[in-house]
Amino acid sequence: MIVSILSKRTYRATILSYGISFYPDSLPGSNTMDDSFPRASKSGLAGSRLLYAVRLLLLCSLCAATCIAQDWVRTGSGLGVEKVRLAIPDFKPATSDPQTVPLLKTFNDTFWDDLDNSGVVELVSKSFYPLQTPGQPMEVTFAAWNTPPPNAAMLAFGNLGVANGKLTVLGWLYDVKNTGSPQVLGKQYTDVASDDGARAIAHKFADDIIFRLGGGIPGIAETKIYFVSDRSGQKEIWVMDYDGANQRQLTHQNSISLSPRISPDGTRLAFSSLTKTGWDILMFSTDLDRLVTFPRFGGTNLSPSWSPDASKLAFSSSRSGDSEIYLCDPNGGNLRRMTANQGPDVSPAWNRKTGAQIAFVSGRTGLPQIYTMEADGTNQQRMTDQGYAVSPNWSPNGQFLALAWIRQYGPGEPGSSDIYLMDIASRQWVQLTHDGGHNDFPYWSPDGRHIVFQSSRSGREEIWMMLADGTKLHQLTFTGRNTQPNWSWK
Amino acid sequence: MKRHTLKTLATVASLAAILFLGACKKKAAPPPPPPPPPPPAPTASISVSPDTIQQGQSATLSWQTSNATDVSIDGIGAVQASGSQQVSPSDSTTYHLTAKGAGGTQEASTRLTVTQPPPPPPPPPAPGPSDEDLFGRNVRDIYFDFDKSDIRPDQQATMQADAQFLNQHPNINFLIEGHCDERGSIEYNLALGDRRASSVKNALVAVGVSASRIKTISYGKEKPFCLEHTEECWQENRRGHFVYQK
Repeated sequence: MIVSILSKRTYRATILSYGISFYPDSLPGSNTMDDSFPRASKSGLAGSRLLYAVRLLLLCSLCAATCIAQDWVRTGSGLGVEKVRLAIPDFKPATSDPQTVPLLKTFNDTFWDDLDNSGVVELVSKSFYPLQTPGQPMEVTFAAWNTPPPNAAMLAFGNLGVANGKLTVLGWLYDVKNTGSPQVLGKQYTDVASDDGARAIAHKFADDIIFRLGGGIPGIAETKIYFVSDRSGQKEIWVMDYDGANQRQLTHQNSISLSPRISPDGTRLAFSSLTKTGWDILMFSTDLDRLVTFPRFGGTNLSPSWSPDASKLAFSSSRSGDSEIYLCDPNGGNLRRMTANQGPDVSPAWNRKTGAQIAFVSGRTGLPQIYTMEADGTNQQRMTDQGYAVSPNWSPNGQFLALAWIRQYGPGEPGSSDIYLMDIASRQWVQLTHDGGHNDFPYWSPDGRHIVFQSSRSGREEIWMMLADGTKLHQLTFTGRNTQPNWSWK
Repeated sequence: MKRHTLKTLATVASLAAILFLGACKKKAAPPPPPPPPPPPAPTASISVSPDTIQQGQSATLSWQTSNATDVSIDGIGAVQASGSQQVSPSDSTTYHLTAKGAGGTQEASTRLTVTQPPPPPPPPPAPGPSDEDLFGRNVRDIYFDFDKSDIRPDQQATMQADAQFLNQHPNINFLIEGHCDERGSIEYNLALGDRRASSVKNALVAVGVSASRIKTISYGKEKPFCLEHTEECWQENRRGHFVYQK
């Protein structure tokens, strides 16, 4: 199977803006889904391999042009596009306080990882750096940076000092090709002189750079990821920084707690837990660090999901006998049912841009498939054509669904569960994970550039993160079994 | 005849004369000092209470004597004139009390019957199997096809047998757990397990088992019975599992 990604246009978008676009291609043999595809599948098209020429272009740079030939599509931010080459020489110590050295290391490591994971820039390998690196503006020698081998477009540098228990970081971002007026950013940050303080400053400066170089979209270095971990012996809800640091346990239910969903303002965490009366939606206040009252509806209640304006909670309940999607107010009031059919309906996910649609999983035709509907329950549309499709999550820009999909599934044919993206409008999809294991529960970062998910590729279910094009894959958790990641909204 | 009668008269007359004479003589002589009264004869009594015990138990032996200087009980020995004592013989025993005194010897006895303890009661007839045992022995789990929650044909016989037992034991309350194999997704499997549990419940209710006796819960794939990654194992895990509830 050859998928060509052809450049028909050159995008000279606003420099360093970011986005993902699908472009339907009319190559022979390609096919686009339409509303009738389930019928078409049954009539035989499923047997033939659907060819979707999918083009995902990240408008990160001046041009987009490449051609790859593989049996799967590598999409996204790295393909034939030149991202801004950013050089980050280690920051320099500004004081001789004994705390300076360890904090400097924490800062430099965190700062590098934040920018490396951002998907916005390409970091220049440190082996290309000149021997003399700057710690302040007067030490910058442009020619050493803006020509090969580093050939950097941007240079982030600075220094870190500790005095009186305070940690101070001076940081600059220079456009080294613009030697006349190079300064893009010049910032001073202060925090307590601690490891956490150094990490916090690194996250802030990285986010400032990403905001500037990434088309004005806030970075994610200060976001959190909520997840389920059994490392305490029971499945409980945990939280960590977006880079896997500071993992800590939130709930102590001593039963089974699943499906954490943090509210848009970050103050309330809805999750599903096995209680004395069955599976109930519980509400945890991150401010009070304890459970707060939420009604018990009866039946099996699963998979809560906040609307983007926090005015509603969608979830699945079998209180009427069959699992259906319900909505309620954030306090549990005003309960109303959205679906009514045979078969389980679970895992609702709001359109995070509009708040007007909900994607969900339904087994109404047999194997679970992804559907969408209006938030009032009307216009239910099937999105996936075959296999076992679950765990939809709507991208922040409202354009894509991330989902877990076993395209070929049946008894004796376990197939593999991988993460896919689907363009809502065209229902074209692209596969993001190819590396084995069972991959499930994709969840978008608030900047729309990253996806966190669970994968068993390491031999055990752990939380992994990648760019939305499938690159920059890395593991965030290493202790116990960790599942169902949920990214904070900001 | 005459001579015989005369003989008899003569005898009577002589006896009367002897008596008459004797009486005259007594009256005539001053009475001698009375002999010292003979020492009173001792008295003795003994009793045991209760008079029947089981081997290993004890009884109280009580005795009383008077006018005795030397009191003994066979098998016990010399004892006080009166008293009581716990005895715990292993066999039936006759306690023989001998009270000797100046006035003679008096004896008394009592018998304590010792019965053999009854043989340990035969182990109580095996109690009728408890409801829980019966439930465990008779109610079988219902297995499902992959991604399905309907009762498949080869499970109908089990379903009927379960229903029959449960209808015959209307006081048993129970829980039906819905389980799934590991392959599906956590959230979907919980909903699927919920449907499996409901499916079994509905089948029972349809044949007359009261819904009020039945609770259902889904465990999805959270509590598998079998942990291997094989079809056999997955089938083990796709089930409606019955749990007795007290």
